[in-house]
Amino acid sequence: MRDLGDLVQADRVHGSLYTDRAIFEQELERIWYHTWVYVGHVSEVPERNTFVRKSIGRQPVILTRDRDGEIRLFLNRCSHRANLLCEPERGSATSFRCPYHGWTFSNAGELIGYPFQSGYGGGELKKDLGLARVPRIDTYQGFVFGSLAEEGPSLRDHLGSAREAFDRLVRLSPEGEVELTAGWVKHKVRANWKMLLENETDGYHPQFVHASIFSVAQSGIGELYGEKSTAVARDLGGGHTENDLRPEFRRIGQPLGWFGTTPERLPGYVAKMRETYGEAADEILIDGSPHVMVFPNLFIAEIQLFVIEPVAVDETVQHVTAVQLKGAPDMNRRMLHQTIGSVGPAGLLLADDSEMYERNQRGVQARTPEWLVLRRGLHRERLDADGHPVGDATDEITLRAMWRHYRSLMEAE
Amino acid sequence: MTELLREIEEFLYREARLADEHAYDQWEALWTDDALYWVPYGADDIDPKARMSVIYDNRSRIATRIKQFKTGKRHSAAPPPRLRRIVSNVECLGEENGDVLVGANFVIYESREQEMRVWAGRNEYRVRRTGDGLRMAAKKIFLVNNDQPLGTLAFLI
Repeated sequence: MRDLGDLVQADRVHGSLYTDRAIFEQELERIWYHTWVYVGHVSEVPERNTFVRKSIGRQPVILTRDRDGEIRLFLNRCSHRANLLCEPERGSATSFRCPYHGWTFSNAGELIGYPFQSGYGGGELKKDLGLARVPRIDTYQGFVFGSLAEEGPSLRDHLGSAREAFDRLVRLSPEGEVELTAGWVKHKVRANWKMLLENETDGYHPQFVHASIFSVAQSGIGELYGEKSTAVARDLGGGHTENDLRPEFRRIGQPLGWFGTTPERLPGYVAKMRETYGEAADEILIDGSPHVMVFPNLFIAEIQLFVIEPVAVDETVQHVTAVQLKGAPDMNRRMLHQTIGSVGPAGLLLADDSEMYERNQRGVQARTPEWLVLRRGLHRERLDADGHPVGDATDEITLRAMWRHYRSLMEAE
Repeated sequence: MTELLREIEEFLYREARLADEHAYDQWEALWTDDALYWVPYGADDIDPKARMSVIYDNRSRIATRIKQFKTGKRHSAAPPPRLRRIVSNVECLGEENGDVLVGANFVIYESREQEMRVWAGRNEYRVRRTGDGLRMAAKKIFLVNNDQPLGTLAFLI
């Protein structure tokens, strides 16, 4: 394999990064099984003794809330002979019993029983054969992250400036919380995971890929990603990036304009927001929801969330759900209806994005030109008031930021 | 009953052929104004007002979906995939407010670049007799794999 530094350069990346199986395996080790990865949300295990199946890269995990209310993350593998321990997608259970030989584990991970104990000479299996824990688990604003590395930066430090995206998101709820209760649609695509990550942070494509729906739905979204847009693309550091549409929304100055509606259409929600936030409510409702990619796998896309799951070098599953805001039933119904229309396998937007990543994966099979060009807006990168590098709405600064962090993780010793 | 069943089968076969052949306007004309076109996800019996679906279109969104196909710029359907479907095991399941409830199984073959994809499941229709002949008030599509990751679905299912 070539040196990775040769493949990831400041203004271009090599095509083999999307097709080389050895690089994919290395990414699993150095990125997915190393850095913090988004796993699930506390609202998916709302009560004690509930669980949901998730994954970290290709590792199956179980997210549980144990009998004491503690959130826990285990590898979904029986410590005896490696059977997949938990088969249901979600449910309630105080313990997990392996169907193969009946070993039973509490939802806090301890081995609590196994049949025919004399076969182990009366030994002490219970002490050292509990479930393997994901070494580090932490939450931010209810979002649960796991890291398979024993040591490393804290979640707070890992998220860095991207923390503000979560703060902004929960602030859209009159109770300051989001709930992910709508379930996840899983969309399978024949493309490398980085094609999805790039597409989702790319402000250059919407007017071309989505022209069909923008024209028939008379949507103003396309203009947010035009040459004249005052929106900015931002490098938040740590591979996290933002397509910040607030300058446009503030210029227009219409509460709920970001959601294509008006306060008159959602009186209950707006009243509750004003009750909670007072004068700040209008500003919150004008600014709208963040559009932020949290490296490597959580895309906060305003009213919906995407989670990227790498399956193989040329296969990825994208999980998608509607954001639901605690205490906002009228808003939630509209967000769910709009999300179902836009995303997933038949989405009026996402079916065309997925077509682009799949064609991207086919195109990159051609061996020349060897490079993908990431030069757009390089000459007009600048620092914003907080010191973050920014570019125009359609600039590829987000892609360069992602790749720079990717390289640092892949080269780390 | 046999005559009604035969008439309904003819209607369903026509609906299937129009969808296979991307005859968008004729297919759209089969719907009533209170239409519901629904592909649930995760299970067959989810609450569509609280859970994610693959498609949950009212009449207005069906119209948007059709208009988008007709731009010729919906990349996932440009060119449209070649399709052929079999609709079988057709049964009249009952009657509700004058509509006939119909169940059927289906298999769809979809030819895409580099692969042949198979979609299979059960359809439940609400069929209504109108002055213009039979029309669909609801079509619910229960994919056998609606709890698994699904590929892009950019055609009339």
